[in-house]
Amino acid sequence: MISTQLLYALAGIGLFGIGLRATLLHQMLIPRLLALNVCGAGVFLIFIAIAYAGAESVADPVPQALVLTGIVVAVSATAMALALGRRLEALNDE
Amino acid sequence: MIEILWFVFDIALVSLLLALGWATCATQDIKRAVTLFIALGLLLAIIWARLKAPDLALAEAVIGAGISGALLLSAIKDYPSSITETPRTPVMKGLINVFTLSSVILMSWAVWHGLGMSDGIRLSEQVVAQLPDSGVSNPVTAVLLNFRAYDTLLELAVVLTAVLTALTLNDRRRSDVVSSPLLQGMTHWLVPLLVVTSGYLLWVGAHAPGGAFQAGAMLAAAMILLQLAYPSKRVELNLYLLRMLLVIGILTFVLVGLWMLLRNGALLAYDPAWAGMLILIIEFMATLSIATALTLAYLGGRPAGWETVWEEGAQNKRTVSQHGGTA
Amino acid sequence: MIDILAVLAIFCGLFFFLSGSIGLLRLPDIFSRLHALAKADNVGLAFIALGVIMLEPEILNNIKIVIIWLLVMAASALSSHLIARYTLRGRRGDD
Repeated sequence: MISTQLLYALAGIGLFGIGLRATLLHQMLIPRLLALNVCGAGVFLIFIAIAYAGAESVADPVPQALVLTGIVVAVSATAMALALGRRLEALNDE
Repeated sequence: MIEILWFVFDIALVSLLLALGWATCATQDIKRAVTLFIALGLLLAIIWARLKAPDLALAEAVIGAGISGALLLSAIKDYPSSITETPRTPVMKGLINVFTLSSVILMSWAVWHGLGMSDGIRLSEQVVAQLPDSGVSNPVTAVLLNFRAYDTLLELAVVLTAVLTALTLNDRRRSDVVSSPLLQGMTHWLVPLLVVTSGYLLWVGAHAPGGAFQAGAMLAAAMILLQLAYPSKRVELNLYLLRMLLVIGILTFVLVGLWMLLRNGALLAYDPAWAGMLILIIEFMATLSIATALTLAYLGGRPAGWETVWEEGAQNKRTVSQHGGTA
Repeated sequence: MIDILAVLAIFCGLFFFLSGSIGLLRLPDIFSRLHALAKADNVGLAFIALGVIMLEPEILNNIKIVIIWLLVMAASALSSHLIARYTLRGRRGDD
């Protein structure tokens, strides 16, 4: 049977692929932003799958701290992209 | 038997995750896409809890699903409701599919081989060895705020940069929500509870899952709830205080780092005796900064009167000096 | 004995969650969907909380679980109310 690490790592890669394809296919801002966030979620899943060390032992804290940083950076990037998008809309309307 | 049950549970979680990811990316209705994205965030929180990352589960639920969802929902208010875009040509679609599939296959092969090699150096042993000297007993907090504190300092800088972009580009979003008395009544209960829980998460981050980012985002969620419940109430904030709150996290971090540089010769190298107290001070200021930053990002831009604060101050000075000069 | 009761309670909760989800998918109108979702999910969470309380030895954690259940009920009531109110205003054309 497949190990838990490998299963979740492959799931993360699958999620990243789904998000990557949608990022390249979409052209409007918010669908693209959602797809990029899905990509990010896939990458985080790969990290945490590698950090998982089995049901008995403590998980590796270094990738977990990196992913925590990553979650905050992802939401900051989303906020910045939405601000830029709003400004672009206002400029396009003029 | 237990192994099989855990495996079935994992398969269920993974297939639900992939299905939600696909649905988020493939749907044509923008509101549905954002709602599915919030659900994806919550499912990810469950997966983090299953993979023994409880700090991450808290952070994903508050920041990834909560704050991110609130940002997106308020951004799509005046967006066209269905995704209308010129579809890609079949050649382009084929190229994109081939590129994605080959990347996925390449990454899968890399991960398969990488996980098979078991002789890599894991930093977790070093973390466990140094944990008693770090001032906290939660290993993730120790890594975030002691061993890799520089990364967290730069992360606070990233948050500040993103909020500065939102502040300089746009005015505050005009709120045309209509609130309901039930929401206002429940806010009277929920906001104090959220503030207390945020303080608890900040304090408990030293020895249990928690920390500054979860606490800051929860405070921001409380402020967003207030904004939703009383949308037309204009609170006259002291804008100097708001600016100070935005930067106090990174300011404290840099000052502590420089002080430790002068004392111990390396940036952010805490004394083991002071490490716990220093980490708590830094986390407290970082919580305030993150809460202010995320709330301002949700509001959409600068509050009224932001950019004229300095001009008014300068004008006052000019009139005072004129009067003083001619009197 | 306690274990069997707890597992039974959790299965009851799962059944309620399942029925709420089926109601979400199959019922025709948004109001009936809200009704099914809120009611079934609250009772489902109550059963699951009951099962977990039976398995958890420490009293402080049990109190926290009850508080969590109350908060989830409050949140689901609040959001159902807001969704229904928004839909009603849209139907009446008040906006």
